[in-house]
Amino acid sequence: MAVQSVPATRVEWRDGKRYLWIMGAVMPLVPFAAWALVAATGLDLFWWFGPVFVFGIIPLVDLLTGLDRNNPPDEVIESLENDRYYRWVTYAFIPMQYVSLVWGAWMLSSGGLDVLDKIGLSLGIGMVAGIAINTAHELGHKKEQHERWFARIALAQPFYGHFFIEHNRGHHVRVATPEDPASSRVGETVWGFLPRTVRGSLESAWGLEKRRLERRGQSPWTLHNDVLNAWAMSVMLWGGLMLAFGWEIFPYLVVQALVGIWLLESVNYLEHYGMLRQRTESGRYERVNPSHSWNSNNIGTNVLLYHLQRHSDHHANPTRRYQALRDFKESPVLPTGYAGMIVLTWVPAIWRRVMDKRVLAHFDGDITRANLHPRKRDKIIARYGARAGGAHAA
Amino acid sequence: MSRFICPSCEYVYDEELGDPREGWPPGTRFDQIDPDWCCPDCGVREQQDFEPLDGDSDHSRVGEAR
Repeated sequence: MAVQSVPATRVEWRDGKRYLWIMGAVMPLVPFAAWALVAATGLDLFWWFGPVFVFGIIPLVDLLTGLDRNNPPDEVIESLENDRYYRWVTYAFIPMQYVSLVWGAWMLSSGGLDVLDKIGLSLGIGMVAGIAINTAHELGHKKEQHERWFARIALAQPFYGHFFIEHNRGHHVRVATPEDPASSRVGETVWGFLPRTVRGSLESAWGLEKRRLERRGQSPWTLHNDVLNAWAMSVMLWGGLMLAFGWEIFPYLVVQALVGIWLLESVNYLEHYGMLRQRTESGRYERVNPSHSWNSNNIGTNVLLYHLQRHSDHHANPTRRYQALRDFKESPVLPTGYAGMIVLTWVPAIWRRVMDKRVLAHFDGDITRANLHPRKRDKIIARYGARAGGAHAA
Repeated sequence: MSRFICPSCEYVYDEELGDPREGWPPGTRFDQIDPDWCCPDCGVREQQDFEPLDGDSDHSRVGEAR
């Protein structure tokens, strides 16, 4: 390592991913890519390119390009966060998302596609919707009001505006506890998790806004309720699209929204699988720390999801901007990026084969310290409990 | 009137200003706020974790280096 003569506060550090972040804003073009492939080859099969890209090509890129463990040093974090280039990259996603959506709606109504092609295209639009929830996630955590508005605009497409409330004020507070609908448990399949998290998050978001408005002496039935005004935005967007392109696109709007929500909630499933915060002597849960979230340093998914996979630092410092998120040695690590891991969730037996032993290792062989599915608790302890006896870390 | 800071994200609760959006009108004393009320910016720390700001500036950096 070169000896530096500059003052200690001026550390030279280069973000190797600086220009790769633009890829995130290019992602909404996936439905166009499907159209281009169909046009170039004459094969209607390529209308299904969206899911192939997310579940085939991205996992392959993750496997081929490997890991990037590079962390910005503490001294540059502040200047890195203040570099406005990075936030413009995330803002750029939203116009791209909307151009893609409007084009997609037009294609669904006037593109001369048959039903199978339309379903394929809707899945592609839904992939963009799911990744838009991730962009909204990055923006919704920020203190600037305009960024929080951008988050809602991005969430209008998948009709998931309440996510922005529940995630920040619900999930982040209760993460890695049995009370959190968005933290998955050992033994819980993604298919069992999905209805629990969707329903629980909705109830939680409504409750959070209801309590906030109660303190202000207001009824929850007002547009000051962030759940309702976010949904109103979706009603306007979907209504506008149907006015422009006909009500016949409605089922496909539903399909793309469900796909987007499924993608997001699948990511929720793998981010905290089995993780459990222990109780302190006062009865409160211990503070969230890097050991409570699964991480991944795979470059492909990290670039497309704005470092979402550096999830531990995100939970410790939720308002920190994506470019400044760091990797922690004490965090449990997923075997590959989120995109590939989602594929594993489809077959619960494979998921558990890959993940349960990692949860067990994370808790030093004591599975009782993990967040266990209540219905399978006895069975899981019977299987792994015999190997317990690892030192109980305080 | 005193000010209190979230040790995670540096959100400041100022008793004089309150936080009307959160339902705490100007003048709401910090000890009248629900101890489980979480920081509106980061959601990581709660009322009972906040630290007094005035006269003890060292606390403002707590939670920065993890």
